[in-house]
Amino acid sequence: MSEPSKIVKTIASIIFPPTMVFGIYVILHGHLTPGGGFQGGAVVASAITLLLVAFGTAEIARRLKESHLSVIESIGALGFISLALLGLTATFFYNFLAGSGFIFGRIPPFGSNPGDMNTAGTLPLMNISVGLKVIAGLFAVVLVLAFVARSKGGGKR
Amino acid sequence: MIEELYISLVPMLMVIAAILAVHFRDLISATIALAVMSLLLSLEFYILHAPDVAIAEAGVGACLTTALLVFAIKSTRRMEER
Repeated sequence: MSEPSKIVKTIASIIFPPTMVFGIYVILHGHLTPGGGFQGGAVVASAITLLLVAFGTAEIARRLKESHLSVIESIGALGFISLALLGLTATFFYNFLAGSGFIFGRIPPFGSNPGDMNTAGTLPLMNISVGLKVIAGLFAVVLVLAFVARSKGGGKR
Repeated sequence: MIEELYISLVPMLMVIAAILAVHFRDLISATIALAVMSLLLSLEFYILHAPDVAIAEAGVGACLTTALLVFAIKSTRRMEER
């Protein structure tokens, strides 16, 4: 497979920042707008995959190792489970931050309103954990297959 | 009326894209046809008022699956045998 042309590389570098910002927006506003951890994580992972396809496997592999991805994935899983366990004073998954006045702790106004970012308690933190796990998991699948494709016959056609 | 037209038009285009994906002998073209079908499916989810599923479908179906199939084709043959 030949090197991607200059057009592909330029368009990929233009498209990459808006896609990344949209993915992070979907993750962070998961408790207000459609989407959440999984959807935003899939968008961010597809943005990184775009770079992988446009700039080649060697360029990405120099900056990112699979062990880093596995660390990120473990941080996501451990964060989710520990947030669930921290509410164990009442029940499992108890939302101990909602209405406490601490981070994400404001009580939302009643009735129809544009939405307040600083509400919903542990839900945004759980969305961030799920987002980290989904980014690492989905990108690891693509990265492993790209390594296999390069070692098996990348230079042949 | 106009919304019903959209709801019935998008699946027809999806069927056309799926038939093209089976028909093409160049597997890269078939992969792109499959990505078009996936993107139209996410548009259909959006028309049916399910934006959650639409975002997930656009990210996973149209981008990641296409990249996976392209890498798989890269390590095997590009043209399908008759």
